[in-house]
Amino acid sequence: MTQKIVIPHVSRIEGHAQITIDLDDAGRVADARLHVTQLRGFEKFTEGRPYYEMPAITARICGICPVSHLLASVKACDMIMAVQIPETAHKLRELIHYAQFVQSHALSFFHLSAPDLVLGMDFDPAQRNLFGLAEKHPELAKDGIALRRFGQHAIELMAGQRIHPAWTVPGGVNKPLSAESRDAIRTGLPEAFAIARRALGNCKVLCENFPEEIKSFSNLPTLYAGLSNEREELRIYDGKIRFRRPDGSLAATVENAKDYANYMGEAALSDSYLKAPFFKPLGYPEGIYRVGPLARLNAAKCCGTPEADSELLEYRQFFGAMPQSAFLYHYARLIEIIWSLENMQRLLDDPQILNTSVRAHAGVNCDEGVGIIEAPRGILIHHYKVDENGAITWANLIVATGHNNLAMNYGVKQVASHFIRNGKVSEGVLNRVCAVIRAYDPCLSCSTHADGRPAVRIDVRNADGSILETLSTSNDK
Amino acid sequence: MPATLQLHKVKLATAWLDGCSGCHMSVLDLDEVLLTLAPRIQMVYGPLVDAQEYPDAVDVALVEGAVSNQDDLSLIYKIRAHSTLVVALGDCAVTSNVPSLRNSIPVSRLLERVYLHNTEGSRQIPTDSVPKLARNAVPLHEVIKVDVYIPGCPPPPAVIASVLTQVLDGSRVELPIIAKFG
Repeated sequence: MTQKIVIPHVSRIEGHAQITIDLDDAGRVADARLHVTQLRGFEKFTEGRPYYEMPAITARICGICPVSHLLASVKACDMIMAVQIPETAHKLRELIHYAQFVQSHALSFFHLSAPDLVLGMDFDPAQRNLFGLAEKHPELAKDGIALRRFGQHAIELMAGQRIHPAWTVPGGVNKPLSAESRDAIRTGLPEAFAIARRALGNCKVLCENFPEEIKSFSNLPTLYAGLSNEREELRIYDGKIRFRRPDGSLAATVENAKDYANYMGEAALSDSYLKAPFFKPLGYPEGIYRVGPLARLNAAKCCGTPEADSELLEYRQFFGAMPQSAFLYHYARLIEIIWSLENMQRLLDDPQILNTSVRAHAGVNCDEGVGIIEAPRGILIHHYKVDENGAITWANLIVATGHNNLAMNYGVKQVASHFIRNGKVSEGVLNRVCAVIRAYDPCLSCSTHADGRPAVRIDVRNADGSILETLSTSNDK
Repeated sequence: MPATLQLHKVKLATAWLDGCSGCHMSVLDLDEVLLTLAPRIQMVYGPLVDAQEYPDAVDVALVEGAVSNQDDLSLIYKIRAHSTLVVALGDCAVTSNVPSLRNSIPVSRLLERVYLHNTEGSRQIPTDSVPKLARNAVPLHEVIKVDVYIPGCPPPPAVIASVLTQVLDGSRVELPIIAKFG
């Protein structure tokens, strides 16, 4: 008898997804799939809009990382205008980018995943959330809220509001940073560092509690893609995309932003609104690659800042030169927080950050623009084509998490196979299947989940496929 | 405090339909105020907690996002049927905002553009295990009765805090003067 297990919605991620697990006659996992259940069509409905509206419109792709879309979008617009933005504008865009990394990564670790890592994968589902964390570990919850607040407040001080700000514009930013705001952000840095260091310390200890998860969370060698500079140091605003193999050798360097399409193709799947990017030289689906914190730290040689590099060294000593288990995204993410804070310190201490020349002005000088940055969750690409009036004729967006689609699907199958034996499935096991997705910290752009169907629905089928009975559990508390 | 002396906790549910999660992030932007409100709230459903089924009796539901596909529709009907107060949170829920930019385009054309024109290696329109898109993305009140509207893209945390506090206090909700669209 085969069974189909449905997890109607994967909780504590951005966006919505459903997971299905198929068991064979022996109660072993035959397949497990991640279905992303939402589509809004930004690539189509922005046709005809003026290019300079794209930042504000595409910011609304995501409320956790709107700054990512804003930056990728304005970089594409810069190219359409054929401008080089002022040096200070460049630094300010970088500053808001680092602030965003801090708040987004803090959200992922504390608000979304800490309930699993600290309370436990098998903890009571009604309490296994930020509020349960606040009750049982108030200091940890306070830390998470404070670290996220630091990043959000820095964004607010620079850009005027925390979510969907209008500050980053084609040509630069639309107002300089005041000394008061600079000082206000800088005063928050020591506490932010302290919290990040505490979290990193906790994470190192926590890793010892999850050997089975480390073994089974997308534990496979893949290509790793990330931005780095000419010294192959980690970069998130500038830099070139590099694809690195598990043995450490470089598979490709994308020399010009416009060349991304030579290396990245997108395949459509039958059972998900999320497409599956793949590394073109290896074809689909062999060209599986990953992005995001784990991948970035593998694709780059080092971070380029002292404390982050010291942490990176320790991380690699423990887990190898090219760690591959998706569980370690959590550890990598925290190293990136330290790295971001170090960079914020550097920029805030730079007197040039207060310069008032922050915007270049131009019209349409080029009919195509590509903006590539690293969003917290991975490489983000905005590619626009415009007519002579600057109206969008074509747009292509490859959004961060999308690159991880094949790897996430691999992960759910691997976790399910590891923990499900003889058809025995507990709530804790299903939570682990969700937890591998959470490790990727996906940004599924607000898919919605299914309706209020039972928490788990198991169709028990006969050999001929007909349903013998349907078992369902309810998660009502 | 012994359990018998605890005041009734308000059962709060949240949901995001076709939106960007920015309104939920704005709720989290209450920062430490969240911790002060937490003892008065029991979050029984939503993206931040693990419940898989919408509970039978919810006091307040905060819903962001437009109604755009079959899953959104099923969920919003369920939310209305099992919640005392339904709050449309943010411009997508109140006016359908950015998601409705697709409404002038036939769904088939949208799907073709995304899955047949911009793909390689495997070209197909997903139909298995994904909800069908409705013809239009619409605001909540076109489908259900809404009790409170909080505009904004996203609504500022101060507005959300004000409404939440009024709801927790059992008062009739009045939007503060700083509430606005956009």
